[in-house]
Amino acid sequence: MVTFTLPQNSKLTPGKNWPIPVAKNLREFRIYRWNPDDGLNPHVDTYALDMDDCGPMVLDALVKIKNEQDPTLTFRRSCREGICGSCAMNIDGTNTLACLKACDDVKGAVKIYPLPHMAVVKDLVPDMTHFYAQHRSIEPWLKTTTPTPQAEWKQSEGERALLDGLYECILCACCSTSCPSYWWNGDRYLGPAVLLQAYRWLIDSRDEATGERLDNLEDPFRLYRCHTIMNCAKACPKGLSPAKAIAEIKKMMVERRV
Amino acid sequence: MRSDLGKVRGLGSAKSGTEHFWMQRVTAIANVPLVIFLVWFIISHIGVTRMELIASVKHPLIAVGLLLAFASFLYHMRLGLQVVIEDYVHGSTKFAALLANTFFAVVLFATAAYAILKMSFGL
Repeated sequence: MVTFTLPQNSKLTPGKNWPIPVAKNLREFRIYRWNPDDGLNPHVDTYALDMDDCGPMVLDALVKIKNEQDPTLTFRRSCREGICGSCAMNIDGTNTLACLKACDDVKGAVKIYPLPHMAVVKDLVPDMTHFYAQHRSIEPWLKTTTPTPQAEWKQSEGERALLDGLYECILCACCSTSCPSYWWNGDRYLGPAVLLQAYRWLIDSRDEATGERLDNLEDPFRLYRCHTIMNCAKACPKGLSPAKAIAEIKKMMVERRV
Repeated sequence: MRSDLGKVRGLGSAKSGTEHFWMQRVTAIANVPLVIFLVWFIISHIGVTRMELIASVKHPLIAVGLLLAFASFLYHMRLGLQVVIEDYVHGSTKFAALLANTFFAVVLFATAAYAILKMSFGL
């Protein structure tokens, strides 16, 4: 649903300024905080870090703040090398992975917010339930009718190459939550990440459910809410283009009827 | 209490949308020559009298060109505005807005077509 202002209970209030350590190379971090248990509105806390004693990435800074200044700061992280997608958040106005974003790539204070337009569980942790259910709905697995071969399902090198630029998606949701269409109609629009995953199965030469998959996507909201805004391709921390994958799905839709 | 997957599946796929997508492209391509034609028509008739203008519209190619232009523009406009409404308007007002959008485009076309035909046939 389109909203021009934040709901009353989501409006930001000034937060706490945490003690500044004594150091030469100081860096300011402004981080969104919200605790479901204290009944307060979200606020932005300000932290300062000695960058001579901190790793280069935003995730290093978050871990350092949590370890040394504020153990209540809540965020998801796991692999710290851009493969798990857990630390997706909005840094300096762009959705990205905290583990792949260098503090030096940000000018001025490093502003960190949760992924936009998602319900917040706590601090930088968004509720991904609906996103994962949407991924489940496209049935992201090989579907075949032909009896399973004794060995592997064969695929030529060319057929396998079609999956490049798609299989790398780690479902971090940076793209979907950067998409205005997903903000306004995320209940029905599947969003760029899930549609890229859908395309990954649509062009898999081994899959035998292409038509059924297209039937499932052919919908004014599920697929056609994409207006090629391209925020998805700009945000993707893995350098993929969900917008191109969606355009390819639309081409398949036209191709099967003309 | 509905499950997350149940909510996502909702009422199922509408199995439509491609026709809308395709016609938006078809009318967009048609609009390229038709806009050039309309701009040419307007520029070449700056300063003419009312009777001279009507005399031009009596030419079948001009009349058919104008009819095609308004048909294509207004169809394209209806498709585009429908997308805007679906994007931004939710709840019961959406159906009213979609109906109003269709009626608006049809009324505009009927008015334009009547004017062109009246000038062309001199009724």
